[in-house]
Amino acid sequence: MLKKLKAPLAVLAELSHRCPLSCAYCSNPIELVEKNKELDTNDWIRVIDEAADLGIHQIHFSGGEPTARKDLEQMVEHAHKRKLYTNLITSAVLLSRERLEKLKKLGLEHVQVSFQDSERENANRIGNFKGGHEKKLEVAKWVRELGMPLTINAVMHRQNLHHLDDMIKMSVDLDADRLEVANVQYYGWALKNRAAFMPTKDQLESSMEIVEKARKNLKGILVIDYVLPDYYAKRPKSCMGGWGRQFLNISPEGNVLPCHAAETIKSFKFDNVKDKSLAWIWENSEPFNKFRGTDWMPSPCKTCDRREIDWGGCRCQALALTGDIGAVDPTCEFSPLHEKIFGSATKESGSEAPEFIYRLLSNKEVEPVKK
Amino acid sequence: MKERLLLKSETVPVIPNHVRFEFNEVRKEWVLLAPERALYPDPIAIEVLKKCNGKISIKLIAEDLAKKYKAPLKKIIEDIITMLQDLADKGFLKEC
Repeated sequence: MLKKLKAPLAVLAELSHRCPLSCAYCSNPIELVEKNKELDTNDWIRVIDEAADLGIHQIHFSGGEPTARKDLEQMVEHAHKRKLYTNLITSAVLLSRERLEKLKKLGLEHVQVSFQDSERENANRIGNFKGGHEKKLEVAKWVRELGMPLTINAVMHRQNLHHLDDMIKMSVDLDADRLEVANVQYYGWALKNRAAFMPTKDQLESSMEIVEKARKNLKGILVIDYVLPDYYAKRPKSCMGGWGRQFLNISPEGNVLPCHAAETIKSFKFDNVKDKSLAWIWENSEPFNKFRGTDWMPSPCKTCDRREIDWGGCRCQALALTGDIGAVDPTCEFSPLHEKIFGSATKESGSEAPEFIYRLLSNKEVEPVKK
Repeated sequence: MKERLLLKSETVPVIPNHVRFEFNEVRKEWVLLAPERALYPDPIAIEVLKKCNGKISIKLIAEDLAKKYKAPLKKIIEDIITMLQDLADKGFLKEC
């Protein structure tokens, strides 16, 4: 039991940064963890034990692509044995039906499949993986045939938002329980390609209408989660439900982070599960304590009546866009930099979309790829 | 396409396999665990959810509670349906 804090609710286990897709909006850090630096099976099993001992409810197996790990089965089995609710967040393109069936038998409770578009050609162009879309549809069907709940994770942006209606229809046709309309967030690799993905204001307005209408018509049939992209919001999102409040994220090499983008903050030294227990890290790790609660907040956050709603927004974004990690999240209209930063970024959406730069593990050089 | 489940007093509600309603021994609290969601029901909701076992109807659940709390049955049925309908709409409850 923890002495000072409530235990986190969920842990995001990023098993590997390896991924067969190379989406240009990848939210993983610019510098990826190589395979030989990944935690081994025993490390992960121990981490799962520590998470269960802490009272954590849920474990999300993610990446990169979590199915790139051959020992995923062992982890799912162990997490289930320790009564953690198990969720697989996958691109699905590496999964066979046999493997999925085995994972289910071992205790996998929920599967979340990412889609790059509802239209095959565009989807495969965006993910840069031939046959990927077709495979995803197949896996999504297997998930339902095996009786597991299915979430469709649709990453939306300027180059596919016009298909949002179809994406909703596709989710219903696949008998999904939930659709996450995830507008691209511009951290890590995605920031390089912001101009290629930033939606126009018209696109956003029409997408909000579509979601509202679908939520009404599909009540009790499909749950739709939708988060307005920061760049068009007036108030910041409650990033991770507040820094160090509900979630922890473990990188492939074992660094424990308050959110999956936190390693963009170079001034922090994150503690590693090889050196310290999860409980120790949750309570004592310096990066976690730095922005926990409201004491750290700058004005005008400190006195804002939303300070315990949005918890000061996103620290990674504050750093990336203002250069100051302690600054007001520029998403907020009360940030002195709000107009300057978001005005210019949203202007990008008014001009022609530039070619985007695919995320390739092997591709150290950064070259635009032809559309 | 599946249809929305509309709860009535004769509906027999059950928590589906992929949703877990359990007492977390470390945290010492009841929780409803579903994909990407953890809900902490209040004491009344806990009582109701414990009875959502796929064996008894909402009306029977309400009769139990009406006796226990000496409250009007009709009102309790309405309250339970409101509460459970919200869970059903999120996919956390189905009928048996």
